[in-house]
Amino acid sequence: MIEAIGLTKRYGAKTAVYDLSFQVRPGAVTGFLGPNGSGKSTTMRMVLGLDQPTSGHVTIGGHPFRKLPNAPRQVGALLDAKAVHGGRSARNHLLSLAQLSGIPARRVDEVLGVVGLQDVARRRSKGFSLGMGQRLGIAAALLGDPQVLLFDEPVNGLDPEGILWVRNLMKQLAAEGRTVFVSSHLMSEMALTADHLIVIGRGQLLADMSVKDFIAHNSAGFARVRTPQTEPQQREKLSAVLTEAGGRVMPEPDGALRVTGLALPAISDLAHGADVRLWELSPHQASLEEAYMRMTQAAVDFRSTDDRKAGLMQQPAPGYDPSAAVTASEVPQQGWYAPPPPGRNPYASTPPGGAPTGRDPHPDTPPAAAPAPAAPAPAGPPAPAAAPADPTESSTEDAR
Amino acid sequence: MASVPAVLQSEWTKIRTVASTSWTLVSAFVVTVAVGALLCALLASTFDDLPPTEQATFDPTLFSFSGMALGQLAMVVFGVLVVGTEYSSGMIRTSLAAVPQRATFLFSKIVVAGVLALVVGTATSFLSFFLGQALLGERATSIGEENVLRAVIGGGLYMGLIALFSMGVAAMLRSSMLSLGILMPFFFLVSQILAAVPYAKDVARYFPDQAGSKIMQVLPQTWNGDEVPYGPWGGLGIMLLWVAASLLGGFAVLGKRDA
Repeated sequence: MIEAIGLTKRYGAKTAVYDLSFQVRPGAVTGFLGPNGSGKSTTMRMVLGLDQPTSGHVTIGGHPFRKLPNAPRQVGALLDAKAVHGGRSARNHLLSLAQLSGIPARRVDEVLGVVGLQDVARRRSKGFSLGMGQRLGIAAALLGDPQVLLFDEPVNGLDPEGILWVRNLMKQLAAEGRTVFVSSHLMSEMALTADHLIVIGRGQLLADMSVKDFIAHNSAGFARVRTPQTEPQQREKLSAVLTEAGGRVMPEPDGALRVTGLALPAISDLAHGADVRLWELSPHQASLEEAYMRMTQAAVDFRSTDDRKAGLMQQPAPGYDPSAAVTASEVPQQGWYAPPPPGRNPYASTPPGGAPTGRDPHPDTPPAAAPAPAAPAPAGPPAPAAAPADPTESSTEDAR
Repeated sequence: MASVPAVLQSEWTKIRTVASTSWTLVSAFVVTVAVGALLCALLASTFDDLPPTEQATFDPTLFSFSGMALGQLAMVVFGVLVVGTEYSSGMIRTSLAAVPQRATFLFSKIVVAGVLALVVGTATSFLSFFLGQALLGERATSIGEENVLRAVIGGGLYMGLIALFSMGVAAMLRSSMLSLGILMPFFFLVSQILAAVPYAKDVARYFPDQAGSKIMQVLPQTWNGDEVPYGPWGGLGIMLLWVAASLLGGFAVLGKRDA
């Protein structure tokens, strides 16, 4: 059991983690998600007593880490795959850690076998690939057979076989009743591994709920409606009818319509009433990845911009207007985030029916670094995967 | 709580399983002995050409330690690397996650590395002495003479303390490169140059290496040896204060800073 209460860490003027409170319970894999620079590793380091929190505290089994009796037997951690002396062999590295808590040398050979490094055990870790380094770090975490395990980005650099192995390892460790806390920036990976999710953005708690609840709360479904392509006027007609009935309609590039805010039977009835034939009416569920992206969208610190190749491109021929080629109203088939269901947008200024996370992420006044409410994307060139062009979308969605 | 013997054992494993330990200690040993022997052999053949005042104040014990000026640099590298590679490799996070008691961690490391440096230093000192005396021929002294044993044991202590001082500095600066960049020029150039400059040498004689090396001197007034306001043990005491200060400083930094 890991418990953090009001954890805050400031580096000079930058607040890395602000007022973070959460619990990591035994018997489950808890995923710790957030964009790059959101404070995941800082939080992990504070849990392990490596960094001193500016305020708040974090305990493992009721003790602060530095006061933990025989820490290596209780807590295993993989923080950084490369946190080993490159000149030391894998086996000697583990041996030096094992000797700290009276773990016999044969346990070292055992974990080397578990992580599949037995053949390179006597080679210097300098020559290890990132994936081998990760395996060595996981071996170090498993060494003391601890009840609490922390893994910071464990699948980084692993091959598909290794990723599958880590996934199963995490689940198995949790099934044995251990506390497993895994950070990642890959929602898709966590969706397959974790039972519970803690999502942070800019050092603040965005969500603390089970994966099931997270999907239910955050992934809005939509309906894809296709009218006969031979009769474009039917499409116009249906759009008007659906919009009138309170639905939100967006055209897709291939001519289909993406409808939210209306149930499938209602769409069918409205189409029937308007005498429009349908070629397709299908339900779609936004993936967890989309839900996560939407949730953290406003909290992304490092966002790539369009590569304009300044000075590298030839001048376009006179009279050519590149902006004319872009149709702003259409949404791409992929990379589109369903608008949040009413009252469930964590960035809505006043979420009706209580906070979406089950607990208020900022009970007091949030700091200046807090994500601006209802600001889907920063100004400037839109990111490739950005939301629809309408910046007021989420607020209108909530007002509805 | 990771027990102190366990941490000591772990640190011993760490120190013996990296190549840098053996090559720095072996070079400290070889360089000191070889350079000392070379200079002794050279001097033995040219001794009669020296001015009479220098012949009168010749200190054969101290002279056989001439190689230490170079050999101590290898000790500095050893001390710096023992602590510094924890930071440069990121191993410090693994180490501190396993031993949250930072005082236990740092001082166990220092004890293990310090004892090792002391053992190697003492072996170096004795071999340098005996080999040097053998080569000096009729100018030689013997270990039974007054104060000679003190000087030879002191030579070992000096080497060990130089390594400990370097460990403290590396723990304060948390970087091998930075520590070596400061310590190497300091011990090799700055300290030795300042010790020869009027007025500056009044300060330089309190530097750790200048004060500590007085323990290896048998004759209080030997070549270009100025009169100093402390004796051989006093000088070693001054060096010990430096070492204590650097280790405490290193501990303060490790205890306070985020790893």
